[in-house]
Amino acid sequence: MFRWIFISTLLLAGQAVFPANTLRVCKSCPANSIREAIRLASPCDTIFVESGTYKEGNILIDKELTLIGRGQPVLDGEGKTEIVTIASNHVHFEGFVIKNVGTSYSQDRAGIRVKEATEFYVKGNRVENAFFGIYLQKSKNGIIEGNEVVGEAKDEVSSGNAIHLWYCDNVLIINNKTIGHRDGIYLEFVNFSTVQGNYSERNVRYGLHFMFSNDDIYRGNTFHDNGAGVAVMYSKRIGMFSNHFEENWGPAAYGLLLKEIHDGQIEGNTFQENTVGIFAETSNRIVYTKNQFIQNGWALKISGGCQQNNLTANNFIGNSFDLAVHSAGTDNKFDGNFWSDYAGYDLDKNGIGDVPHRPMKLFSYVVSKTPESLVLLRSLFVDILNFSEKVSPIFTPENVVDNQPLLAEST
Amino acid sequence: MLKILKYSFYDLIRSRWTYSYGGFYLLFTLSLLWLSNDLSKVVISLMNVVLLLCPLIATMFGVMYYYNSREFTELLLAQPVRRTSIFLGQYLGVAGSLSASWIIGVGVPFALYGVFGSEQAGNFAMLLFVGVVLSFVFSAMAFFIALKNENRIKGFGLAILAWLFFAVIYDGLLLLSLSMLTEYPLEKFSLIASVMNPIDLSRILILLKLDVSALMGFTGAVFRKFLGTGLGMGVAFAVLLLWVVGPVMGIRRVAVKKDF
Repeated sequence: MFRWIFISTLLLAGQAVFPANTLRVCKSCPANSIREAIRLASPCDTIFVESGTYKEGNILIDKELTLIGRGQPVLDGEGKTEIVTIASNHVHFEGFVIKNVGTSYSQDRAGIRVKEATEFYVKGNRVENAFFGIYLQKSKNGIIEGNEVVGEAKDEVSSGNAIHLWYCDNVLIINNKTIGHRDGIYLEFVNFSTVQGNYSERNVRYGLHFMFSNDDIYRGNTFHDNGAGVAVMYSKRIGMFSNHFEENWGPAAYGLLLKEIHDGQIEGNTFQENTVGIFAETSNRIVYTKNQFIQNGWALKISGGCQQNNLTANNFIGNSFDLAVHSAGTDNKFDGNFWSDYAGYDLDKNGIGDVPHRPMKLFSYVVSKTPESLVLLRSLFVDILNFSEKVSPIFTPENVVDNQPLLAEST
Repeated sequence: MLKILKYSFYDLIRSRWTYSYGGFYLLFTLSLLWLSNDLSKVVISLMNVVLLLCPLIATMFGVMYYYNSREFTELLLAQPVRRTSIFLGQYLGVAGSLSASWIIGVGVPFALYGVFGSEQAGNFAMLLFVGVVLSFVFSAMAFFIALKNENRIKGFGLAILAWLFFAVIYDGLLLLSLSMLTEYPLEKFSLIASVMNPIDLSRILILLKLDVSALMGFTGAVFRKFLGTGLGMGVAFAVLLLWVVGPVMGIRRVAVKKDF
């Protein structure tokens, strides 16, 4: 956090030290277009853009400027071009409404593009009907704050991402809203960045998507009704804290998809009413603690090749299946969780059940072998099957067991 | 026939059994609603109950009623009344009173909790419908079995076995065949196999209504695609209807030929 304060202070200090002018842009001002104002301005100036609609095609900001929209001026691209391109360091861009970026199959057009810049601050803009919303390439040390990116994506092919980062370092993405794009927030080759307090809804693919990005943190975000909540792929040391994954529901929907993730930490998240809460594939050394899994289809699906994961102090409440683990010979640990269908007892009243709990039911095992057998979900036969397996376990993997099941929800 | 139907219906509706059966549903539903206050959850819990209890009770009740009212049946047979109307009347009386207990027992508490107008109304209607159909199917089956067997013990045993077959054994066989044939595409097979069994079909109809089908992945998608269409729904209802009509035809056939 201090890093960001430091950067913003630097930005402010820069403006205080150098003598800066202000320019106004409106219909009757000397500078009646934003392009003209940028041409007239010298570095470190501030440009105030009054409300109105500006149809100027692509606006290139190639000086160290502060642009502030007053009364939400609209920049309309009329579906033809990319709209704002920030190609200078130390740019502050705030308070605009950016509309109608055309879909293109040959260029990645964006509402706001930050191109090879550092120390940028993009705040409080609204991007509507864009192909890509906010696009950062090879940029670092910047803040994207409180923007709203709303699109109407129909399918993955003809839509772009709301906030897209490519080869960036040390970026803070905070309190944005991303709705109706391909991915809400997409990070590719992005390191040491933080994604915090954002809200993603109805994105066609993922609410948040990491590719080849290491040492990032996302915290306190909400992912609601996306194709899948969050996909973390081919990344290392990602911290996932206190996020909400809700209602990502459909035949191929997940709350959180982990693929080839190593040394991650998943703590204090809530997974509610997803088809699959977490789906982990070849992900190693991940610590799952203090998460809530509530009324999901599968709370946690761990496929083969996941090693040395540690699950502890999580709550599993009312899921159709708490756990499905594919291969038996794994050394994952499941001790010390609360399982709502635990039926053991606690004679010494220490809060830990005296009988080990096997979170993987026989039916869950059968389904992992023959997916079609799910047609028997909730039938009497399956209940009998599960019961008999519970009494004397034969089929379910022996090491998928909670030796210290909690009797009350962990807080 | 109507007169006999009316007679057996009123006879049954006044019996202790019907009261306790309806009362059980009433208490059960009320307590569930009172405990959870969430209509959709109660619908799911009741689904498990309806799939288990409705067929079981209908089977028991059907066999019992047939054997118990045998003397009265003989009396009726001595009158100038058509045989089919005697037995169909009795059957409809049993099935009707069971359905009435079910509808009242479950419907009243739900109505008190305001299910009509809530978004659960459709699911609830499906639940009621399934309960009624299962009552009709299994009491017809029980009547048929009882008619076929003079020996009460044998009749009871066979009826219970029939229930056990549809409720448990069938699913076991289905699961066995599914797991033995994993190499083949089994969506169609599982679809057809579960449509053939009235209990499975009812369960899937409710599951699809409750949107649990997303869980079923590809298979669920196949089910939804099939049963979501007008044709699929038509087929499902036709099969359920067939399960009522089939045993009823059996009752007719046996009743006409049987020596008393």
